Amino acid sequence: MLKTTPFHERTARVCVSHAWRRWAGHIVASSYELSHEREYHAIRSAAALFDISPLYKYLVRGRDAARLLDGIATRNVAGARVGDVLYTPWCDAAGKVLDDGTVARLAEDTFRLTAADPNLRWLQDNATGLEVTIEDVSESTAALALQGPASRQILQQLTDTDLTSLKYFRITAARLREFSVTISRTGYTGDLGYEIWLEREHAIPVWDALIEAGTPYGITPAGMLALDIARIEAGLMLIDVDYVPARKALIPAQTSSPFELDIGWTVSLEKEHFVGKPALAEEARRGPAWRFTGLEIEWDALERLYDEVGLAPRLPAAAWRTSVPVYAGGEQVGYATSGGWSPLLKKYLALAHLRSRSAAPGTRLEMEVTIEHRRKRAGARVAKKPFFNPERKRA
Amino acid sequence: MPASYDAIVIGGGHNGLVCAAYLARAGKRVVVLERRDEVGGAAVSEEVFPGFTFSTYSYVVSLLRPEIIRDLDLPRHGLHILPLESTLTPLANGDYLAQWSDHDQNHRELARHSARDAEALEEFGRLMHQMARAVKPLLGMVPPDPASLAPRDLLGLMRVARHVRGLGPGAFHALCKLMTMSAADYLDEWFETDALKATKSASGIIGTLLGPRSPGTAYVLLHHYMGEIDGVFRAWGFAKGGNGSVSAAIAGAARALGAEIRTGAPVARVLVGNGRATGVALESGEEIAAQCVVSGVDPRRTFIELVGAEHLPSEFVEAIRRFKFRGSSGKVNLALGALPDFTCLPGAGPHLRGAISISPSVDYLERAYDEAKYGECSRRPYLDIVIPSMIDPAMAPPGRHVMSIFVQYAPYAVNGGWTEARRAAFGDAVIDTLAEYAPNIRSAILHRQVITPADIERTLGLSEGNIFQGELTLQQMFFLRPAPAWAKYQTPIHALWQCGAGTHPGGGVMGASGRNAALTMLGSAR
Repeated sequence: MLKTTPFHERTARVCVSHAWRRWAGHIVASSYELSHEREYHAIRSAAALFDISPLYKYLVRGRDAARLLDGIATRNVAGARVGDVLYTPWCDAAGKVLDDGTVARLAEDTFRLTAADPNLRWLQDNATGLEVTIEDVSESTAALALQGPASRQILQQLTDTDLTSLKYFRITAARLREFSVTISRTGYTGDLGYEIWLEREHAIPVWDALIEAGTPYGITPAGMLALDIARIEAGLMLIDVDYVPARKALIPAQTSSPFELDIGWTVSLEKEHFVGKPALAEEARRGPAWRFTGLEIEWDALERLYDEVGLAPRLPAAAWRTSVPVYAGGEQVGYATSGGWSPLLKKYLALAHLRSRSAAPGTRLEMEVTIEHRRKRAGARVAKKPFFNPERKRA
Repeated sequence: MPASYDAIVIGGGHNGLVCAAYLARAGKRVVVLERRDEVGGAAVSEEVFPGFTFSTYSYVVSLLRPEIIRDLDLPRHGLHILPLESTLTPLANGDYLAQWSDHDQNHRELARHSARDAEALEEFGRLMHQMARAVKPLLGMVPPDPASLAPRDLLGLMRVARHVRGLGPGAFHALCKLMTMSAADYLDEWFETDALKATKSASGIIGTLLGPRSPGTAYVLLHHYMGEIDGVFRAWGFAKGGNGSVSAAIAGAARALGAEIRTGAPVARVLVGNGRATGVALESGEEIAAQCVVSGVDPRRTFIELVGAEHLPSEFVEAIRRFKFRGSSGKVNLALGALPDFTCLPGAGPHLRGAISISPSVDYLERAYDEAKYGECSRRPYLDIVIPSMIDPAMAPPGRHVMSIFVQYAPYAVNGGWTEARRAAFGDAVIDTLAEYAPNIRSAILHRQVITPADIERTLGLSEGNIFQGELTLQQMFFLRPAPAWAKYQTPIHALWQCGAGTHPGGGVMGASGRNAALTMLGSAR
């Protein structure tokens, strides 16, 4: 049997679409309403509430907690201040990404690591000889993401903690009504937003409080389909979709380094040691073979192709997650792994792995599109990520 | 005597049938001679009790080579493989360990016992997948002899070497470990859940007189990992109608391709003249001539009984005499009036549609082996149970069931020999063991059939009752199976070939030996 999240009692009630999907062994809503459209717009115009409880979460505590995480993550965890949240990948010895997530420094010697895949064994195996305890709190910690321009106003009504002083990628302990929670200014939408971490047993009253306080502001429970569009607009990659974690790769060609995934900024080569450092230092010197970039499919090209068969352009209703070839001239130079229409930007966007030589912003390429059962190539242009980056995200 | 056939195949087991089908497909005139009244050898379905059909001996499918299914178009000849999706291991403490085919469900269940193991399982599965990929091409190849300098052997060795090199260092080192370690030691490197290690290591001991802690058993684990259905490694299935329908499908294909199949035609000896096989003599006295003879029966029966040592070089005869059989397993087939009710997971449910493995701990298996080592049957044996009627209800009358119990250890060379009393005691030990986990089993039994290694030898002609025509251990595999320098399906007798599981790559309802032999004879083996 699949697991349900701590909010299931509430999410099941509002999920009129009955469209569920799996996430880390749990069932979560694809969309609550019959279409995900309104849920998407809530992210960008009001506030969307996501149940993100299926994330794996580990509490790492003890004198050597920072040392352990610093030795695994590519980011400089040891240098983090209490209250900092770091987005970071972690790699195998070959410098290939195993997973990506966040490390929050809750106290001097207490961290919470979030991950997409189970990582207990990896943490334990790297903790040999260290004075550290690792606790898998995936089940006991519930989590919500409140994302969108109204998120701060909604959340502020429920807590005395001043949220305007909670900066981007910072975390704080807070009371939400009478419940102890931690609130981080993080998210997966590229918008103003918060993630709320709480004890499983408080899940239902916290959900109810947010809905109650948020209703006047248009709070909308939103599912994975809406999130998928938002994270593409934000240029955020998704494990198993945009990259194969090194643990699951059957051949080396399936693996990617942080540089190849365009998150080279997370690799702190000044650190004395972390898993994969020698390989990554070498790659930094040589330059990565691949780049993970944005791609904008040109409207005119698309329209022309549809026009040839007597149709108006048809746009994907939801984001797609398949591997689509990308060409430069006649030669395949890469593949897109996620894509979709941005209802906000009015652009057809994709995220693509490209050979470095074809990955400079502005490079003209072609992406395969299937039009009336035939494979065609539509003009596309390499674009900088994120596609959408509102000031309010950091303000 | 004019040769009316291009080839005579001795033995209508699945390998003999596969060999005959491939020869017939190449336009050869072939006759298969089967001693029993039905083809299939150990892969037969029999209505042992009225209304209850059993895969009497061999009982699951997974190793059957996909290229044989394709080449012979076996689905058109009635082959239908149904999925066998789970394995339930009841534990001594009343709990259980289940392995499910759904990734999330399996992860959740294993995490209940060990979160570490649940994570390790993914990596282990990936590694074994790589290992299986590494070894799989060897299955379809005539094993090259590393002691030979013949161009063909060198070429073959180069292919193997290139292939192994291509694995990368991690996989190569793992392969070395698999080749040398015991199943239990190998699994210890990965897992902490005893029942998981026990259940996995059980596939390392099947058909051998070795225990999970005996070196070399890790490789056998891999042999079983190579089961492949629809391209998915480690997928086990159940043939609709029982394993006899696998044989029937191959026989159907062989006949359609022009092969002749004669049952009730026991071969007494291979006719040899001037160092060359010229045909066979049946027990009836009838003599049949052919350009060549292919034996699908095991090496000992082929060379010592049917050919005769006098026709063979003495060092070859010695090698064949040294080839180890040591049958170690038996079967108990039950006709049931009701389903077993397992204390750990009461009632009917999906767990009864999969395998049920009585392997609660590595110590349990090793203890079972200890007794066998000294010539006794295990008092508490390893059991691999399936309830075929849960997967294919036509196997039993409506509402009733058939249960197939593979049992190890039941040594062929049991102290005092196999007597009626021994057989009954063996059957009782199996039922006593099962009743500890499913107490209602005694009252559910309508009929019981107990098969010992001695029965397997007597009924099927498999020496010492070994289900693989010789133990699947490293010292008698690849270029050593069945004898050094004679592992390429040919024999010291000109025009006499071998195509049984006693040749590379060995047992399981795989058919690779039959296919490789036929292709070698036709000169088109890789």
